Amino acid sequence: MIVAEQKNLDEILRLIEPYPKILILGCGTCMTVCGAGGEREVSYLHSAIRVAQSREGNGAHSFTEFTVKRQCDPEFLDGLVDRVENVDAVLSLGCGIGVQAMAERFPDLQVLPGVNTCFMGMPKEWGIWDERCAACGDCRLAETAGICPITRCTKGILNGPCAGSKKGKCEVSKDMDCGWVLIYQRLENLRQLEKMRRYYPPRNFRTIPRPRRVSIKAGTEQGGNHG
Amino acid sequence: MASSLFEEKLNSGEFVVTTEIGPPKGTDVSEMIHDIELLKDKVDAINVTDHQSSVMRFPSVGGCLLVKELGGEPILQVTCRDRNRLALQADLLLAYSRGITNVLCLTGDSVDVGDHKEAKPVFDLDSVQLLQTAKTLETGKDMGGNDLKGVPTFCLGASVHPEADLIEPQLIKFDKKVSAGAQFFQTQGIFDLAGLTRFMQYASQFNAKILAGIIVMASARMAKYMNENVPGIIVSQAVIDELATAEKGKGLQKGINIAARMIRTIREEKMCHGVHIMAVGNEKTVPSILEAAGVISVPA
Repeated sequence: MIVAEQKNLDEILRLIEPYPKILILGCGTCMTVCGAGGEREVSYLHSAIRVAQSREGNGAHSFTEFTVKRQCDPEFLDGLVDRVENVDAVLSLGCGIGVQAMAERFPDLQVLPGVNTCFMGMPKEWGIWDERCAACGDCRLAETAGICPITRCTKGILNGPCAGSKKGKCEVSKDMDCGWVLIYQRLENLRQLEKMRRYYPPRNFRTIPRPRRVSIKAGTEQGGNHG
Repeated sequence: MASSLFEEKLNSGEFVVTTEIGPPKGTDVSEMIHDIELLKDKVDAINVTDHQSSVMRFPSVGGCLLVKELGGEPILQVTCRDRNRLALQADLLLAYSRGITNVLCLTGDSVDVGDHKEAKPVFDLDSVQLLQTAKTLETGKDMGGNDLKGVPTFCLGASVHPEADLIEPQLIKFDKKVSAGAQFFQTQGIFDLAGLTRFMQYASQFNAKILAGIIVMASARMAKYMNENVPGIIVSQAVIDELATAEKGKGLQKGINIAARMIRTIREEKMCHGVHIMAVGNEKTVPSILEAAGVISVPA
C-alpha cells in the first residue's frame, strides 16, 4: 500500500489561506489504512483548522468534507462534479496520485496536497509503517531471499553490505536494520548463499524512464515516456 | 607492466606503507601542500580522500594532482556516493590522463553522516561495480560498449573490514572485489591483531595485497566517539583502555605509540603486505610513527 503522512497544520493553513471555500477530500483506500487521509482524518483536520483559525481570529473560510472511495481512479471522481462546483480549492488528503488525478479530472480547479506521500510499504505494528518496495521496475527479490536491497539498504547497493554496518544495524541509524545483513542471514538460512556470491551488474535505470506506463493491452509497447 | 611506482612496490614483496590526507574545505591548499611535502618521501603512496565521511571538500582528484606535481605517488579515492556512471568514468579518464593510475574504489559513506544531509545520494554503482567499470575502461570500451580514444590502465584497490562483527558477508564481498579486479586492499581500521591474523588466513588464498588500516587515535574520547559515530569503525576496548591511561594532553602520544607498536608487529611478523596509516587530522605525526615502528630510520 501507499503510505503518507499528513502535512503539519501550519503548512496546511498557509496553503489554504487564499481560498475562502474549501472541500477537504479524503481517500478511502491507502490513505484510510495508513491513517493520513481517510474519513476520520478529514473530520479531525477540519476541526483542527477551525480551532486554529478561531484562535487566530481569521476564520473567513468555509469548509465541506467528503471522502471518495479511491481518489487515484478517474472513475470514482466523476461523482464529485457537484461537490467541487462551488469551491475555490480542494484540499486533498489523497496520495500524490490522488491529488494529480483530481487536477487532471478538473482542469480549472485548484487542488492542494494535504499529505506528504512517503513510500510503498506495510505496517510493522499499529501506527508504524515500513518501506518495502521502491517500484524500481526490475524486481530482484528472487536473488535476495525476498528482501529488497534497493529499499532496505540505505545505499541501494547490489553486491553485498558496505563496511558501515555495526551489530546488524545501518550506519545511518542504530534503529535501522542493515538490509544486507538481513539478506545474508535469510540466504544462509535457505542455503542459497551462492546467490550472494554472484556479481550483479549495475542497475538498468531505463526501467524507470519517468513517467512510466504499464500496459496490459495487446499490441501496445511497454515503457517509454508518457506525460 | 606495472601501471605505477606503487604497483611495482606492491609486487616487490617489500613492506608497503601508505597514508592518506583529506583535502581542505576551501581553496587554501597550503596545509595540504605542507603535508604532501612532509609525507611524500616517507611512504610509498598517499591516498587523497573523496569527501570523507560525506563532508564536502576540495576534490580528491585535485589533491592527487597536487601530490603528482610535488613528486609524490597518489592513490585516488573514488566513491559512488556523488557521481553517476558517466561522471565516474570521466573522472577515471581524467585521472589516468594526468598520470594518476592508483585508484581505491569505494561505495562511500551515506550522505546522512555528513554535512550536506539533504543531498541526493547517487550510488548508481557500488564498489564492486566501480572496480568492474575501471576494468572495462582498460579494455578500450566504456560501460556503454563504445570505443575509447586512448585506453587507461590502473592499479585498482578496494576496502575490506576484517574486524566487522559479522564477518562472512564482508568476506563474500571481498571475494567479489578480487574477482572484479582489486589488486590491493586497504583495510578499515585494525585494533586487534588477532582479527587481522584470522582475516589473513582467509585472504592469503588470493593474490591481492593487503595493507592493514592503522588509525591514529588522539584520545580515549576520540575512540569512543568514533565507535559511536563513524561508519564501520570498531575500536577495541583494550585500545580504549590503553588510551585512557594517558596523562592529560598526552593522548596523541599514546595513540602514536599504539600505532607504531602495531605497525612494528605487523611488519616483523609479516602478518600482511603492508600498512595504511589514517592519521585523521594528525598527518604530521606519520613520520614519527614510522620512525617509532622502525620502518624508516630516525634522522641523525
